[in-house]
Amino acid sequence: MAYPLRRTLRLEAPGSWQMLNLAELWAYRELLFFFVWRDVKVRYKQTVLGAAWAVIQPLMTTFVFTILFGRFGGMSKQVEGPYALHVFVGMLPWTFFSNAVASAANSLVGSSHLISKVYFPRILIPIAAIAAGLVDFAISFVVLLLMMAWYGVAPTPAILALPLYLLGTIVCAAGAGVLFAALIVTYRDVRYVMPFVMQLWLFATPVLYTLDIIPAKWRALYALNPMAGTIAGFRASVLGSPFPTGVILISSVAALVMFATGVRYFVQVERRFADVI
Amino acid sequence: MSSDAIVIEKLGKQYTIGTATIGDATLGESITSWVAGPWRRFRQLAGRGEGRTTFWALKDVSFRVGVGEVIGIVGPNGAGKSTLLKVLSRITPPTEGYVDLTGRVSSLLEVGTGFHPELTGRENVFLNGAILGMFRAEIVRKFDAIVAFAELERFIDTPVKHYSSGMYVRLAFSVAAHLEPEILIIDEVLSVGDLHFRNRCLGRMQDLRDEGRTVLFVSHDLTSVRQLCTRALLLNSGHIVADGTPGDITRQYERMYQEGVENTTGAADRRHPPSDYHIRRVELRNAAGEVRGQFDAGEVMEIHLWASGPAPENSFTAEFKLFNEDDQIVSFGSANPVRSTYYRAEHQHFVCRLGPLPLTEGRYALSFTVRVWNKERWDYWDRAIGFSIDRCDLFNTGHGVANDHNGDFVIQQEWLVGD
Repeated sequence: MAYPLRRTLRLEAPGSWQMLNLAELWAYRELLFFFVWRDVKVRYKQTVLGAAWAVIQPLMTTFVFTILFGRFGGMSKQVEGPYALHVFVGMLPWTFFSNAVASAANSLVGSSHLISKVYFPRILIPIAAIAAGLVDFAISFVVLLLMMAWYGVAPTPAILALPLYLLGTIVCAAGAGVLFAALIVTYRDVRYVMPFVMQLWLFATPVLYTLDIIPAKWRALYALNPMAGTIAGFRASVLGSPFPTGVILISSVAALVMFATGVRYFVQVERRFADVI
Repeated sequence: MSSDAIVIEKLGKQYTIGTATIGDATLGESITSWVAGPWRRFRQLAGRGEGRTTFWALKDVSFRVGVGEVIGIVGPNGAGKSTLLKVLSRITPPTEGYVDLTGRVSSLLEVGTGFHPELTGRENVFLNGAILGMFRAEIVRKFDAIVAFAELERFIDTPVKHYSSGMYVRLAFSVAAHLEPEILIIDEVLSVGDLHFRNRCLGRMQDLRDEGRTVLFVSHDLTSVRQLCTRALLLNSGHIVADGTPGDITRQYERMYQEGVENTTGAADRRHPPSDYHIRRVELRNAAGEVRGQFDAGEVMEIHLWASGPAPENSFTAEFKLFNEDDQIVSFGSANPVRSTYYRAEHQHFVCRLGPLPLTEGRYALSFTVRVWNKERWDYWDRAIGFSIDRCDLFNTGHGVANDHNGDFVIQQEWLVGD
């Protein structure tokens, strides 16, 4: 299956170095749109509460963590402003990230039927799964705005930087999601490792706490977690607190490296998928 | 500037198949293998590691398809037809050789790829159309025609999970029928659906042919190959064995399965042609002596072999090997030493009465050898003839047993209540 290709297309054994074919991805942009549209539609058709889930999940975790860490753990004292808002602002991109990675990771195996019957750039499937998560993100973002109004926290001009950190979250989710998706096709065990990895990752990311609790000398190492700077920057742009520039810079580089690695591994093995899936 | 739509040159596709595990002899070995197992398994999954077996699903396939040709590809199961289509559809890359495709390609390995049961007919038309390579604007333009062709105007906003299977197939086919590719690669989709549906598929294929589009079409249905195609190829064991007019090729294919096979080229094309003595003709007959290509389990089959040429020695044997669709050996038989029958130089017609056949439903192939037992073969005719088991119900239960999931043969069995 190919979109109009008037010139001759040669099919041969894949070379040892595969590149992401951007021109081809562009030609398939409508299919990407249809995959996203399908994922969104199907998700809300099959659930009773539909879009409510997008809100319930981060709200409930925020509630639990607020009680657990904020009240009993005494963490609320280390945070400026309401602890619940602090956690929810972190939970919002984190929920998007972890859901996007999980659905991207399982998306290829879930589409094995398509992969064995029709050609299209395989990377569209995990990318569509990630993009579909943005709808949930948008809904819970509205909840964030309501919460800010409730606590009387007004956005500052820093909020203009928010799209940048959302983009950062998407880049992280794409890197990890695409890598896990490709790994799961060959090694199904990765499926069982993933929830565990995501759990640890959450605690290695400043969602429930602030960067301040990390000793200064460890902060550069800590920032190698691509999500660390992304979440910290996200929170700073919403709450107007100072941006931890150093951490953000290191994390951004780490995020780009993770993205490049994921995509690189994916295109390297994607032509094998139909044979092993 | 050539007018070839498809050029295939020395195409080969190799697959790796699962490794046989060897039983552990001692507890020590079991523990070692239990510890080493995950690593070995990892290497296997990663496509490395020793002991893996490979086979060529396609090997040295070369042919060209001119613009406007309608090519039918026939061949027994496991011949490599599906692999060829998957390579041409870019689903799997070739291992060697190349394919050049010139023109907009659509491939249709099934109808309704990507249909989602929760989505409505309308939504599925858009989704499926996009998956098949149509642009959104194109689908919008053709939407009414697609729905009208499927005769589903009233149900187009109903989720397809509520459709009957007939409605589902009609809608799926209707989307596919509105593709306008320059090259269409199409699998046996015509075999689904009822007669009315099949006729419409055939009609649409005829339109494509008349519009001068290039079609590559795989089928078991020899009648439609004869009706539609301008040329046909016979594929067997990953090779193209014959290329010619649909009439000639389908006749040759039928002969492989339905009557005796005559080896007209002598021993020259055999893999082991060490002597002038060779098997010339093979026939399969039923108990009534009729030449047949289809049998039922429980029937007795007579294999007739005719040989010619001077036999180098006396007291020789004729042997068969029986293979299943996956090219795995199922059984072996020999005049001697299995049965103490020795043929002498003046014998030229050998009969093996085989059965009652315990085989499950599916296709099988027979290879033959003549030689003095344990010595070099005089002749080996690989996959000389095929046959099918159409019905396997040895215990009269009304349920057939097919070889795709249930093994190749059925063993006599009794089921009792133990004490």
